[in-house]
Amino acid sequence: MRAICFYFQVHQPFRLRRYRFFEIGNNHYYFDDFANQSIMRKVAEKCYLPTNQLMYDLIQEYGTRFKIAYSISGTALDQFERYAPDVLESFKRLVNTGCVEILGETYSHSLSALKDKEEFFSQVRLHSEKVERLFGVKPTSFRNTELIYSDHIGQMVYEMGFNGQLTEGAKHILSWKSPNYLYCNALEPRLKLLLKNYQMSDDIAFRFSNRAWTEWPLTTEKYVDWLNAIDSRQEIVNLFMDYETFGEHQWAETGIFEFMRHLPKAVFAKSNYQFITPSEAIDLLDPVAPIHVPYPISWADEERDLTAWLGNDLQDDAFNALYKLLPKVRMTNDPQLYNDWLYLQTSDHFYYMCTKWFSDGDVHKYFNHYDTPYEAYINYMNVLSDFELRLNSLTGSEEITIQVPEKEKSKFKPSIIVQPGTELLYPEDVEVEKPKRKVAKRKLSTKTTKKSQTKKSTTKSKSKKSKG
Amino acid sequence: MKVLMFGWEFPPHITGGLGTACYGLVKGLAKKNINVIFVVPRLFGGEDNRTAYLLSASDVEINERNFNYEEYWKNIKYYEIGSSLIPYVGPEDFLKLIGKESTVNTHFDEKVFRAKYQFSGKYGESLYAEVSRYALIASVLAKEHAHDVIHAHDWLTYPAGMAAKKASGKPLVVHVHATEFDRSGENINQYVFDIERKGMEAADRVITVSHLTRRYVIERYGIPAEKVFTVHNAVEPVNTDEIHQNKGFPEKLVTFLGRITFQKGPDYFVEAAYKVFKKDPNIRFVMAGSGDMLNRMVRRVAHYRMGHKFQFAGFLKGEEVYRLFNISDVYVMPSVSEPFGISPLEAMRSNVPVIISKQSGVSEVLQYAFKVDFWDVDALADAIYGLTHYDGLSKMFRRYGREEVDNLKWDNSAQHIIDIYNSLNNS
Repeated sequence: MRAICFYFQVHQPFRLRRYRFFEIGNNHYYFDDFANQSIMRKVAEKCYLPTNQLMYDLIQEYGTRFKIAYSISGTALDQFERYAPDVLESFKRLVNTGCVEILGETYSHSLSALKDKEEFFSQVRLHSEKVERLFGVKPTSFRNTELIYSDHIGQMVYEMGFNGQLTEGAKHILSWKSPNYLYCNALEPRLKLLLKNYQMSDDIAFRFSNRAWTEWPLTTEKYVDWLNAIDSRQEIVNLFMDYETFGEHQWAETGIFEFMRHLPKAVFAKSNYQFITPSEAIDLLDPVAPIHVPYPISWADEERDLTAWLGNDLQDDAFNALYKLLPKVRMTNDPQLYNDWLYLQTSDHFYYMCTKWFSDGDVHKYFNHYDTPYEAYINYMNVLSDFELRLNSLTGSEEITIQVPEKEKSKFKPSIIVQPGTELLYPEDVEVEKPKRKVAKRKLSTKTTKKSQTKKSTTKSKSKKSKG
Repeated sequence: MKVLMFGWEFPPHITGGLGTACYGLVKGLAKKNINVIFVVPRLFGGEDNRTAYLLSASDVEINERNFNYEEYWKNIKYYEIGSSLIPYVGPEDFLKLIGKESTVNTHFDEKVFRAKYQFSGKYGESLYAEVSRYALIASVLAKEHAHDVIHAHDWLTYPAGMAAKKASGKPLVVHVHATEFDRSGENINQYVFDIERKGMEAADRVITVSHLTRRYVIERYGIPAEKVFTVHNAVEPVNTDEIHQNKGFPEKLVTFLGRITFQKGPDYFVEAAYKVFKKDPNIRFVMAGSGDMLNRMVRRVAHYRMGHKFQFAGFLKGEEVYRLFNISDVYVMPSVSEPFGISPLEAMRSNVPVIISKQSGVSEVLQYAFKVDFWDVDALADAIYGLTHYDGLSKMFRRYGREEVDNLKWDNSAQHIIDIYNSLNNS
């Protein structure tokens, strides 16, 4: 038996409106409702509704033989609830057929896995709860934002109770190995890995309508021939792509819907492949080997790394400034604030600040509503500044309280040199001064942080030793 | 006395300080009973002739290839009759304009003529052509309208001034608001430089906006020192009390406002901001404006990881400038080269203490302003830190700075210029 595993990513970010400098501290609404609604409606009409109908028809036709999986970000679910309840209903109908699996991911399609374990866990939990509430199913396989994965992330994912994760079959990770097997995490072998076959996936997702491509036009027959050409011992072909491929990235005029409509028929007629969901694959197949991924990979761009979201100064500054606020966010209990906190973490905000326009510039431009990455950065930082002010108004500005003792330090005091061994230099008969020094030391130590205290105690013990 | 004055821009459609300065100057002269015929290109006056005292030089279509002086002459005549755009501004009209007297039956007010002007004179392909077309029209205007002195502002109008002088034989005064060296550093545009030099050589008097610029004119353009005079700019008294902007953050705000170009020294502002930021992260910085160095500044700020305390406000228009001054605690102008620089005066008028570079002309007239070398980032950081932390200092600057700037009146500058006019007619 050989298997095809389809997974589609459904995601929409909450785009920020043009937030001006003068609004900082005065206006706390950040999102471009008009753009978010109109884009959601546009994509719903062009992609979500017709494609959901198509998938439903296929399931009706082939029963349990046709299976697919979705990962729907929490922000997309929120937007469905707000702007497109019809889309949400059609997804519910799909899940109710039993042939559709919903994967787990972070609520806000965030990069939190790279930054903070606790935040990562809480966002995944939030997403799982939402999926369960809406669809009545609990995700058991995991897909991280943009298929970002590393050994460490996999370990955390297993810790959360998932037994499988989807990621990119990146060339630099696999080298000679094939993505068409089940693998496992190098640190935690009980976490199974499904790797995207980017060749076969991108044939549909990116190249389908490209007339300059030598294989254009792509027909189901040709595609099934390629599937058959894969070595018969290889077990699974993972076709992972954005759901918006259908009707949005590849317009209906390109024939993408017809291709999808006829693909199962061609597969069943001319090959021994069958369709399975990620969790079925994880149960059915045995992992052939662990995969070592010391540094995070993703499914984006030619490099398959994080440079679409992080790496240039704009992105790093924004990313660090955002997560510096994390401890303060934990101290608060304001639902509106927490909601904004989630939406601000969406990876798209950092994607807009990407400056590598050479290899994948076209793709980047397509998803970007800002004219320049600089504009994206300026706008995001304005919003973040306001968010920080709101946070400070609830928690108090921590930075100020930290600085107070520093300022006190600058008051004049007679200097005391605390250096190991200096005590030995004092003449024996000047007993009177010793208690004075001790008092002064204690005063000092109360005003320093714990770290320096421990340092001092070690120096003390050292000096004692040297005395002895 | 009647002055035929050639300008390039006039409020509210301005791209820099030139329009603001011309506006203030013309008002000041009018107060002192000087008749000014102010000519600007591309004034859309046809549809409403109440803007009479401003003359547009570009409403007339001229086929330059078949250019014939006689024909051209007719065109102008026709144009004037047809549009009944009478380009005189009497002293009474101006008095009404500034609200001192309203006895004369004139029917234009400040708002109307302000809204009329449409600026198109950006530095483009057709600019040189426009400059020479402007000069052609100028010679006609000079014959049409009686005047005693010709006054031309900046290089764009020098050819017009020269042409007018040829036509009427009246003395020419050129007013240098900026030289090509200020705009382009050492990589000057030779064409522009040549026009500037010719204009200054042909002029009977050269007025510069600062001693700094005067030195440039004498040393770099080789103009005899005895005919170059400095007349400092001033600032319009404007009531800014009505403008209110709520300051949404507790931090002190340090402001840079201007074109983000080499000349204005934005990079020194960013470096100084970082030095202050390291010392005290509870200060906010804002850079308002646009320009070819903006992206570089954004990258620099991000590199220093201070984007959450350093904002970019974009290009601000009209009232927004005052709204920004309204919430600013320090205004910084670290210009590398600034012939004058009116914006610190505008900041001081809004009670904002200012830090200016010693390389700016305005530093010659201000006492209550921090003056630093533009390249001295440490001194700049010190000054910012001092003004944001020591209330005594900022209070003093605010109080005396306001007083000082209130005393910089266009009336005084206008008187200077009248003296220069008189010296011409007496000789």
